[in-house]
Amino acid sequence: MSKEPVAVVGIGQTKHVAARRDVSIAGLVREAAGRALEDAELTWADIDAVVIGKAPDFFEGVMMPELYLADALGAVGKPMLRVHTAGSVGGSTALVAANLVAARVHGTVLTLAFEKQSESNAMWGLSLPIPFQQPLLAGAGGFFAPHVRAYMRRTGAPDTVGALVAYKDRRNALKNPYAHLHEHDITLEKVQASPMLWDPIRYSETCPSSDGACAMVLTDRRGAARSPRPPAWMHGGAMRSEPTLFAGKDFVSPQAGKDCAADVYRQAGITDPRREIDAVEMYVPFSWYEPMWLENLGFAEEGEGWKLTESGVTELDGDLPVNMSGGVLSTNPIGASGMIRFAEAALQVRGQAGEHQVDGARRALGHAYGGGSQFFSMWLVSAEPPTT
Amino acid sequence: MPDVLKAPLVVEFPFTRSLGPVQSAFLTGLRERVVLGVRTGDGRTLVPPVEYDPVTAEEIRDLVEVAPTGTVTTWAWNHEPRRGQPLDTPFAWVLVKLDGADTALLHALDAPGPDAVHTGMSVRIRWAEERSGAITDIACFEPNDGTTAQPSGHSGEFEDQATGIVAEARLDYVYSPGRAQSGYIGALSERRIVGERCPSCRKVYVPPRGACPTCGVATAEQVEVGPRGTVTTFCIVNIKAKNLDIEVPYVYAHIALDGADLALHGRIGGIPYDQVRMGLRVEPVWTEGGRYPDHYRPTGEPDADYETYKELL
Repeated sequence: MSKEPVAVVGIGQTKHVAARRDVSIAGLVREAAGRALEDAELTWADIDAVVIGKAPDFFEGVMMPELYLADALGAVGKPMLRVHTAGSVGGSTALVAANLVAARVHGTVLTLAFEKQSESNAMWGLSLPIPFQQPLLAGAGGFFAPHVRAYMRRTGAPDTVGALVAYKDRRNALKNPYAHLHEHDITLEKVQASPMLWDPIRYSETCPSSDGACAMVLTDRRGAARSPRPPAWMHGGAMRSEPTLFAGKDFVSPQAGKDCAADVYRQAGITDPRREIDAVEMYVPFSWYEPMWLENLGFAEEGEGWKLTESGVTELDGDLPVNMSGGVLSTNPIGASGMIRFAEAALQVRGQAGEHQVDGARRALGHAYGGGSQFFSMWLVSAEPPTT
Repeated sequence: MPDVLKAPLVVEFPFTRSLGPVQSAFLTGLRERVVLGVRTGDGRTLVPPVEYDPVTAEEIRDLVEVAPTGTVTTWAWNHEPRRGQPLDTPFAWVLVKLDGADTALLHALDAPGPDAVHTGMSVRIRWAEERSGAITDIACFEPNDGTTAQPSGHSGEFEDQATGIVAEARLDYVYSPGRAQSGYIGALSERRIVGERCPSCRKVYVPPRGACPTCGVATAEQVEVGPRGTVTTFCIVNIKAKNLDIEVPYVYAHIALDGADLALHGRIGGIPYDQVRMGLRVEPVWTEGGRYPDHYRPTGEPDADYETYKELL
């Protein structure tokens, strides 16, 4: 028996900000879930199961928060499960939910991811003082900056490319009412003049720390037929993992990322992603990850990703727009960041992305990664239902 | 085999919790010696209150005051109170259904011994002398004579409502790095850097984890590597980390020690930060009492060719 086609019929986000002091964690997730239900014109009673994701519990200090969120998410009397795959969790959470529909376990599933980073300090949560171990010498950006330098060395990319990504994403964010950073006076010169934190990464090329949640309602063909607005159809979805560290690990272009993308394209029948995909929401927490992932995901040959960025291909009006929403560089509630990528890809093919809509987007890729570039999750969504 | 190391690991953080409207009213109420519950769609009163109806999932905001007296619905005796618990002498953990409430609240009961506690017993709140808008504003419960105090019918509206709490969380672990890392740390004390070789793929892991992450097999064969190595990639750190006493800027580098099959991380010194480059040959610099090399400095050898380390970034 073939899989049940999966449709996205409801999407909801909170306005992402540095600190939502007016709501509890329950209030935060409720806001996103309520908006997703409203978009789908469904009620709590229409939901068969809830799949929730977030990054490590130390980010809020509430152990297993899903336990107390059952009321807020209308999960009483229904299956509720929680997913965790570090920064990629928003993507893998959506895929676990989608698989429940595809396998015909449930007809309509609410999936949600959140982070309320203002309740703790993510850097503290990720660098506990483990006895006997050498203290981490460099902070979050310091973990990634050497990989960026390795990318530059490998490809000969000029050091100007990172600033172009940040300038583009921050301008895109101005068109997205839910984005955290709205830097109305942003200029390329300002990005280039921002302090160099972890050379080669500048301040303006790093992501913010946000409070926010994102939710989606996923459903089967019957549910999609009742949808008041055009659904987005999932044509492929995959997850891959690899160890954080191993001899031969390629941090610049991890094998797990390549394999994950190849699986998604195979499921979706994509042979030339650069031509066949209209828009991409990828997980870019530091600007240079755009050209790096363009190569890893097969949009450019190895060593050529930066040329797409430099020539404007990834601009909102370019030939392959990337991070139309402003991306992780403009909004980063860590646990939700992956689901925002998935949801923004779906918004594009539903034609519901508002001011940051790519005209005529029919197929879009949502991408997330996490841990030390060790967890990958991606999906490809389309305006058309799958033919199977 | 060397002794396996062990050490305490304390994880603690003052989480700043925002309350939302219902918990805000509940905790502010405690500060004012008022206990508030919330009314559900089916007419029950939940104490402590929640924001969403457990039956219908609807938002609920109908606050009602309940009495500071109630009944123990079940209990467990705590023989040895721990740090941070409500009382420092043995006490009972109790679930108390306050008069007017349909659900029970978890708290501590101050009683002389387990024989003095029973399900169904009448108890009342003992308020803390200093109250700040937190669950600890109830110091504990104490035995009552069966009389019911009357709630004042408070509306749940307060001046200067609490909007957040600081939740001090602390976890006490005993951490052991295990056999392989204990061996590695033991060798470091002799200023030797010792990894382990995978019996299957022959790769040398430094620091060793006791298993090869690629082959999934245990590693045991010890291999001394370095002390010299190659800077494979790096960044220049320009912001001072809170817990580190290192002057910025400094170079944080990935260093592939000679004989190792992946890079470890270290600081580069003995050379101006802006002259560090990929391929630079370095060696460890030890300081008295340091477990790890303090930093790595140039050896003066010619730079390594990119081809020799490009797989070790």
